Amino acid sequence: MSAPFPTRKQEQWRYADLEALQPIWEQLAEPESIAVLPGQSVEQVWVPGTDEVQVRRVQLVLGEGAKARIFALNTAAHYGRIELGVTLADDADFELFGANIGGGSSNLEIVTNVRHDGQRGRSRQTVRSVLGGKAVGTYLGKVEVARDAQKTDAEQSVKALLLDRGAMANCKPELEIFADDVKCAHGASVGELDADQLFYAMSRALDPATARALLLEGFVMGLWDDAPAGEPIRDLARAALRAIA
Amino acid sequence: MMLKIDNLHATVAEKPILNGVSLAVPAGEVHAIMGPNGSGKSTLAYVLAGRPGYEVSEGSVRFEARDLLAMEPHERAAAGLFLGFQYPVEIPGVSMLQFLRESLNAQRRARGEDELSGAEFIRLAREQATALGMDVEMLKRSVNVGFSGGEKKRSEMVQMGIMGPRFAVLDETDSGLDIDALRTVGAGINRIMRAPDKAVLLITHYQRLLDYVKPDKVHVLSRGKIVRSGGPELAHELELEGYAEAAA
Repeated sequence: MSAPFPTRKQEQWRYADLEALQPIWEQLAEPESIAVLPGQSVEQVWVPGTDEVQVRRVQLVLGEGAKARIFALNTAAHYGRIELGVTLADDADFELFGANIGGGSSNLEIVTNVRHDGQRGRSRQTVRSVLGGKAVGTYLGKVEVARDAQKTDAEQSVKALLLDRGAMANCKPELEIFADDVKCAHGASVGELDADQLFYAMSRALDPATARALLLEGFVMGLWDDAPAGEPIRDLARAALRAIA
Repeated sequence: MMLKIDNLHATVAEKPILNGVSLAVPAGEVHAIMGPNGSGKSTLAYVLAGRPGYEVSEGSVRFEARDLLAMEPHERAAAGLFLGFQYPVEIPGVSMLQFLRESLNAQRRARGEDELSGAEFIRLAREQATALGMDVEMLKRSVNVGFSGGEKKRSEMVQMGIMGPRFAVLDETDSGLDIDALRTVGAGINRIMRAPDKAVLLITHYQRLLDYVKPDKVHVLSRGKIVRSGGPELAHELELEGYAEAAA
């Protein structure tokens, strides 16, 4: 039984490229499911492939005291979507470090729904987007805190840099909180490369493209400092940045 | 003549700041530019380094045989010009070592020289940091992030030592330094830049740096023009009389 094909009226599909999605929907309708047993921990690094369209849908269930850390890079040339649903039981811990990096006319999105069901859960989402050309980068992140999920500690940090006038970023952290003793922080910013930093780098002999690439690396690369065997994701990110800098 | 500025006029946001600066600095000399706030000292430094937004409306600058104003900022640096910033810029996420190594290798490539290996670069960076009394560990941190005012200025001089420029424009490198740091930085400038084939334009507000870096000439900039030039004694006169007298 497959889920009905989405429409843009659904918030989490609002910026999606449904035409690109259509031919592959059958395989994707059921999200991949990952369950982390109580007390266990999981770390995954999601590196992009080479397909023009890349969609990943994952449902992550964290048991009591379970931990998950996801390191992700979204760079598909045409349409890339990383969709992640997470539920946290008591004392569970979830971290996402993700980036959208694209140019041309690519549409890249990271869409999350993090649901704190248990008490004392902790979630951290850090998403960076670097967009050139006419690329569109989106982060839609919903954090739900159930009535009993007291002492929840949730954070969302979302930043985007636009390199060209035609590029666009959508950043939407969203909170739905039913418990009354929680910490839920979120921050979002969209900007461009800092002219003072660029001039400083150029005054040290870096040509404009190299200077831009270096500043972009500074903006993004810290995401994957703790990624296990993180070289491939960092190399791919670096290459993606150099391509649009 | 290493650097020759002729009748330089420049505007920032359409406001005239430099109104006909002429100045010649031969190889082997250190020239100091002094002047009150707002006289155009930093504008001169930025125009020489090619900062966007600083528009030259008249005049010329030759760096040896080349038309400096026709070059991009990175080409000026590769040609051997170094600007020591009054307010060094922070670049989060980029380590000092990576920044300096990429910069140095960009310069070497532009000059047709081989890039330094990782080990050679680290040795050079360590040597320069130590000579300027900077903790080598600081080079692992993000560019200027979390550095105190004085550390930022030392970091500029470490950068200068690593780049090995032939002409340095130092914009108020002395501001924010305590007396010990001033002595170290002064010694650093002498060590790195005092050579027959190098020259320095030292922009400063105060006489005190000039006790450590003896200038061959002192120029007074006022309202965008050089109003007096003289030997090192002029700096002492200014200290006693103030700029109002000197510019009169």
